[in-house]
Amino acid sequence: MNDPKAGFIGKAVERREDYRFLTGVGQYTDDVALPNQTYGYFLRSPHAHAKIVSVDTAAAAKASGVLAVLTGKDFESVGGLPCGWLINSLDGSPMKEPKHAVLAADKVRYVGDHVALVVAETLAQAKAAAALIAVDYEILPAVVDTGTASKAGAAVHDIAPDNVCFVWGCGDRAATDAAFAKAAHVTKLQFVNNRLIPNAIEPRAANALYSRADDSYTLYVTSQNPHVERLLMTAFVLGLPEHKVRVIAPDVGGGFGSKIYLYAEETALVFASKRVGRPIKWTAERSESFLSDAHGRDHVTVAELAIDKDGRFLALREHTTANMGAYLSTFASCIPTILHSTLLAGQYTTPAIYSEITAVFTNTAPVDAYRGAGRPEATYLVERLVETAAREMKVDPAELRRRNFIKTFPYATPVGLTYDTGDYDATLTRAMALADVKGFAARKAESAKKGLLRGLGYAAYIEACGIAPSNIAGALGARAGLFEAGEVRVHPTGKVTIFTGSHSHGQGHETTFAQVVADKLGIGMDDVDIQHGDTGKILFGMGTYGSRSLAVGGTAIVKAVDKVIAKGKKIAAHLLEASDADIEFANGEFRVAGTDRKKTFAEVALTAYVPHNYPLDKLEPGLNENAFYDPTNFTYPAGTYICEVEIDPDTGRVRIDRFVAADDFGNVVNPMIVEGQVHGGLAQGIGQALLEGCVYNEDGQLVTGSYMDYALPRADDLPSFVVETVKGTPCTHNPLGVKGCGEAGAIGATPAVINAVVDALAHLGVRDISMPVSPHNVWKTIRAAQKKH
Amino acid sequence: MRVALSFQVNGKPVSAEVEPDTLLSTLIREHLRLTGTHVGCDTGQCGACTVLVDGRAVKSCNVLAAQMQGAEVTTIEGITPDDGSMHPMQAAFKACHGLQCGFCTPGMVMSAIDLVTHHPHGSEREIREGLEGNFCRCTGYQNIVKAIAQGAKAMGV
Repeated sequence: MNDPKAGFIGKAVERREDYRFLTGVGQYTDDVALPNQTYGYFLRSPHAHAKIVSVDTAAAAKASGVLAVLTGKDFESVGGLPCGWLINSLDGSPMKEPKHAVLAADKVRYVGDHVALVVAETLAQAKAAAALIAVDYEILPAVVDTGTASKAGAAVHDIAPDNVCFVWGCGDRAATDAAFAKAAHVTKLQFVNNRLIPNAIEPRAANALYSRADDSYTLYVTSQNPHVERLLMTAFVLGLPEHKVRVIAPDVGGGFGSKIYLYAEETALVFASKRVGRPIKWTAERSESFLSDAHGRDHVTVAELAIDKDGRFLALREHTTANMGAYLSTFASCIPTILHSTLLAGQYTTPAIYSEITAVFTNTAPVDAYRGAGRPEATYLVERLVETAAREMKVDPAELRRRNFIKTFPYATPVGLTYDTGDYDATLTRAMALADVKGFAARKAESAKKGLLRGLGYAAYIEACGIAPSNIAGALGARAGLFEAGEVRVHPTGKVTIFTGSHSHGQGHETTFAQVVADKLGIGMDDVDIQHGDTGKILFGMGTYGSRSLAVGGTAIVKAVDKVIAKGKKIAAHLLEASDADIEFANGEFRVAGTDRKKTFAEVALTAYVPHNYPLDKLEPGLNENAFYDPTNFTYPAGTYICEVEIDPDTGRVRIDRFVAADDFGNVVNPMIVEGQVHGGLAQGIGQALLEGCVYNEDGQLVTGSYMDYALPRADDLPSFVVETVKGTPCTHNPLGVKGCGEAGAIGATPAVINAVVDALAHLGVRDISMPVSPHNVWKTIRAAQKKH
Repeated sequence: MRVALSFQVNGKPVSAEVEPDTLLSTLIREHLRLTGTHVGCDTGQCGACTVLVDGRAVKSCNVLAAQMQGAEVTTIEGITPDDGSMHPMQAAFKACHGLQCGFCTPGMVMSAIDLVTHHPHGSEREIREGLEGNFCRCTGYQNIVKAIAQGAKAMGV
């Protein structure tokens, strides 16, 4: 697969990263062993909420092999872990932003909160010493429940006595209320978007090293965005010079959002590494991952849809209470607001929308972006309302959707976004054909003969990827830019190394980006190498999240490639004694237009580095270009998912009979990788609907703290999906015409499953069901409905 | 008290002295520096640490190194040819896009080899059930299931 003639874009090229992963020579953070390695272990709070009266570390410090014991006192002089997005309340006041200390000093605020770091020669010694630390806690009442946190009577933080972080609004409230007043039909739902624990299979890990030789630090860490990690850690927390800290995110075993954030562990390790003078490694045990990785979702929502007599949507309004957890994680505040409320138009022309979000603190782990981040919650809200409305109005749910689809683009929604392009009818039509919706009635009758209940559910989702542009995001409270950077280094022999800020931790960038670059330069893929994940190599990067990598990071690379070609044309013009304007570049050759006089890409590259016959008076030698790309808009992938379930009413067991996804991702570079991304997203979306749910008890103890209690989807929990990427509508504002595909599955799957389950149970009087839809839950729901009727 | 043991790892004799509570996964990763075997949980649920012991899939975080006296242990490195090619099961995972982040992959491949060796010609359903002990959070399993069927064919089982 190295012949450039046939082109690479659009081909299912096998992944070049796979060899190392399949043969065990990948290098993940925990695989890094440094000379004189030491080990860190964190003593964590066993209480959800407690005052730290005293911490006695004397015995631990004297224990065998112990090199250092750090507590909250050691971090009093440095900053707290920052939040990257300022949200202002409706009354104009800024969100409550309590200090998030690296190690807790005065109080612990969730089970798993960090109390002390023990560094020792071995991990076993560090653990043993941690057990000798005596912490005197004064236990305080815990605030746990999202919906009632504001009336809990106890405060997680003194600066927020009612536990409210902010109350934020989006859309035109008066216009929305007016539309409701004249509606022929109003559909109302109250539901919980269940809290999830991300569970990348590689636990978080870090290995920090201080070098006295040049007063510098090196941090290996499981990060989706090493530059952001470095910037936040140096500038906002530790006050270290940014240029003296190198952050390396080597192979990273999945992220799904949970490895975006700056965490206490790696920050404490960097801080302690200078004191210890030796590298310190920490790797989370799975129980630590459950306790302390940022969780996702956790919304309590009331939502209403106003509809006229012809089935046209007039308005949508909602109130959501969003759980922030004990502290504001890196992007926590923008998830239920900027990334949620702005998606509430969905695929529909709903003219008036109002969304109000109350964010609350609780004594639980911080909550932040998890695959989809606000958009799954928005899509669940809209698609559950639409499906419920269709049933109430006795309209076919596909027809109701079609009647309200946005059909002309660009389309400005009432919640701040402008969709550039889309064809929602196409994906709905294709999904219905793939799912054989026409045959559903017959299948339902067959199921009924066996005493089984069959239901079909739709979800027509829209996603907004590649959050941008930076100036608008800044006006909305972002404290960071949202561009991406890329560098193209052409070597003298014409080989190319690409440096990208888009970290790859499963997405296959090393393949996809190479396809793009090889195509643009007309060279073989083997002549292109992709480097990412090291602040010592990469000029800058905002990292990988929000399905932005190809649309934003890929575009930055394309812009740098364009600069290389532009400079190459000048070099070729000199060599061919032609004017710059007469040089054309195609198929890896610079050619004088309309002639057979040409120079290959490799010849031009060599000339740039051996500039003997070269316009040195006008042009610098070398062929190395970089570009920063800040998009003008989000991209808007969309699609329709259809789920068909069969339920055994005696056991409550839900079996997914079929699951169909028809997506419009614009142009597709590698269909194999895109399909794989959709598969993974669907598994997580179905996991939320049927299996996964984070549970804290009333004392704030995490009940679902292991794989024996938290139901991560296994192979036999899932069906084989039918996934098709339709011939899409290319994005209009990036040169590749791509939209992003990483989160779609997780966004669209959950409401499709729940709509199917409710459809199967609707004749029993069931209107809604809480997630996850466990057999017990279904069984109880059926029994409750039978009692009522 | 340390335990002395001799066993085979990837066809080579290994002698080691370990603490009685040293896990096989620790011995493989820390002592032998074979870092292809990964540890993803503490409870024997995720299967990332799966290796073959005397030809059967074993979760190496759930057995003690001291239990390995006389055993033949095969890790992901042990099934990989030296010439840059791959075992048919590895090749099938690549061809079917049966991996994304790669962290669960070595354990998944070792489990797959055990599965198809002892339960050849499995249906899709049987393969899914056979993967009960291995988590993957990236792929949704579909391409793993496909890869295992294809790998089994290529292995001639």
